[in-house]
Amino acid sequence: MIPSATANALRRALVVGPPYLWLLAFFVAPFAIVIAISLTDPAVRAPPYTPLLAADGAFQGDLDNYATVLGDSYYAAALLDSLRIAAVATFFCLLLGYPMAYAIARAAPAAKLALLLAVMLPFWTSFLIRVYAWIGLLNSNGHINEWLIALGVIEEPLALLYTDFAVYIGIVYAYLPFMVLPIFAVLERLDRALLDAAADLGARPWQAFVRVTLPLSFPGIAAGSLLVFIPAIGEFVIPELLGGSDFVMVGRVLWTEAFSNRDWPMAAAVAVALLVLVVAPVAWLDRKVAPKVMARP
Amino acid sequence: MTRVRFSLPLTALVFGYAFLYAPIAVLVAFSFNESRAVAVWGGFSWRWYGALLDNAPLLGAAWLSLEIAATSATAAVALGTLAAYAIVRYRRFPGRGLFAGLVLAPLVMPEVIVGLALLLLFVWLESWLGWPAGRSALTIGIAHTTLAIAYAAAVVRARLVQLDPDLTAAAADLGARPFAVFRSITLPLLAPALAAAWLLAFTLSLDDLVIASFVSGPGSSTLPLVVFSSVRLGVSPQINALATLFLVAVGSAIALAGILIYRRERRRLRPAD
Repeated sequence: MIPSATANALRRALVVGPPYLWLLAFFVAPFAIVIAISLTDPAVRAPPYTPLLAADGAFQGDLDNYATVLGDSYYAAALLDSLRIAAVATFFCLLLGYPMAYAIARAAPAAKLALLLAVMLPFWTSFLIRVYAWIGLLNSNGHINEWLIALGVIEEPLALLYTDFAVYIGIVYAYLPFMVLPIFAVLERLDRALLDAAADLGARPWQAFVRVTLPLSFPGIAAGSLLVFIPAIGEFVIPELLGGSDFVMVGRVLWTEAFSNRDWPMAAAVAVALLVLVVAPVAWLDRKVAPKVMARP
Repeated sequence: MTRVRFSLPLTALVFGYAFLYAPIAVLVAFSFNESRAVAVWGGFSWRWYGALLDNAPLLGAAWLSLEIAATSATAAVALGTLAAYAIVRYRRFPGRGLFAGLVLAPLVMPEVIVGLALLLLFVWLESWLGWPAGRSALTIGIAHTTLAIAYAAAVVRARLVQLDPDLTAAAADLGARPFAVFRSITLPLLAPALAAAWLLAFTLSLDDLVIASFVSGPGSSTLPLVVFSSVRLGVSPQINALATLFLVAVGSAIALAGILIYRRERRRLRPAD
C-alpha cells in the first residue's frame, strides 16, 4: 500500500508542525525581541522601554547599550570575572572529575553501574538545595568553622562564605556529574590493547597514561569542560547565594538590570553579550568534539 | 580494585563521593536538630517538620509547583516526542537544519537569557494582543515546556534511533496504516523513554528557579521561589526539613529505578546461566 504524496506531506506537517511552531514562538521570537529591545532606551512607561519605531515609522534604535557593555568597566569586569570564575571552577572540576571517571571506568562491571548512579543521584535532587547545603557548611557559625575550632586548628572562624572560594566549591559541586559522565564514556570505550601494546614496548604505567590514555580521552575532557564551563558563565544562583557582594558575575548583572534597575534594554544587551560568550565554545563543541563523543564504538 | 595500596583514582573516588554526599548528609542530620543554631546540635526533634506542615504559603507553593511540573512535563513530552520522531524519521523537510538546532539549543542556553527573553516576549505579546494577561502559572508553564522539549526530545531520540526499523516496515507491509504502526509498534517500544523523559521534564520544572523568577507574577510563586527568598536570608531549619523530604522522595524513586536497571543489566550480562 503506497500512501499518496499529499497524505504523506500532510502527516509530516502534523508531526513537525506543533513542535516547530512552538519553538519558533517561544524560543526564536523571544531572542528576536531581546535583540530589538537591546537597541532601545529605558522609559518610565509600560512596557518600560522606548519603541523601536517612532510614531512616524522612523527607526530610532541605536547601539548605545552595547557601547556601555563594552566600554563601562562595571560590565567589562563582570564579563571577565564570569570567564575567570567559570574557567577556574571548570579546572577544579576536571581535577576531581577525571580521576573519578577513570576509577569508575576501571571498576568491575557490576560496581560500575552503581558508582555511575551514585554520581548522578545528587543531580536529580534540587539544585537550589544542593547550593543551599553549602551555606550551612561554610557560614562563619557553620559546620566547617565549628569543627575546625573544636579540633583546635583555628580560634577565630574563617571567612569562607561569600568568597570566590565558595563560588568555586558551589560550581564544582553542582556540575561535577557533567564532567564525570563524558570522560567516563570515552575511557570506557578505550581499547585496552593499546595499553598492553604500550606496556610491551616498555612504557611504564604512567608513561602509557600520559602518552596513550590522556590524549585519547581528550574528546571527553573537552565535552565535560564545556558542559561545566557554559552553564557556569551565566550562573546566577551560586554567586548570589555563596558569592560576596563585591564581585559580580554577568548572570547577576543581568538579573540586577532586569529586576532592581528595571532597565530592560540594558539587560537585553547584557544577554546578547553573554550569548556571544556562550555560542563560541558551543559551536566549537558541535564541530570538533560532538562527533567523536557521540560516535558509536 | 582488589589490590589494597595507595591509588590516585581510588582516593579521588572516595574523596569525590564524600564531597558529593557529606553536605547532603549534614543537611539531613540537622533537619532533626531541636536548636535553631546552624551547627550546634541541640537534641533530636521533629519540630521543623511540624512547622513545615503549618506553613501554608510554602505548601501552597509546593502544590502550584507540582501542578505546573505535571502539566508542562506532559506538554513537553508530547511535543518533544514529535520533534524527535521528525528528526530521526524524516530525512528531509523544509527547515530541517534549523529545526534540529532549535530542538537542541535550550540545552546549552544560560537560564538567565531564556528567562529574560521569555519575559520580554510575554510583555510584548500582552501589549500587542492582550494575551497572556500578566505573568502567572500559565507563563511559567509555557516557559518550562519550552525548556523541557529539548530534554524530552534528546531522551526519546536516543531510544528512537535504537529501534529496529524493520519492525515498523513489517507492520506497514502487513497493511497497518502509519498511525496504527505508531500506536501499536513505535509507542509501546518507546514507553520507557517516554516515562524517563516525563520524569526528567517534571524534575526540571520542579527545580527551576531562574526562569520562573522572570516569568512569574503576583500569586504565582513556585516552591523554588519561596525557598530562594527564604535561604537568601541564611540557613533555616524548616528548609532543611523540606530538603530532607524532597531528598527522600527523589532518592526512593531513583533507587527504585536504579534497582530495576541493575537487575535487567545483570540478566543481560549473564544470559547463559
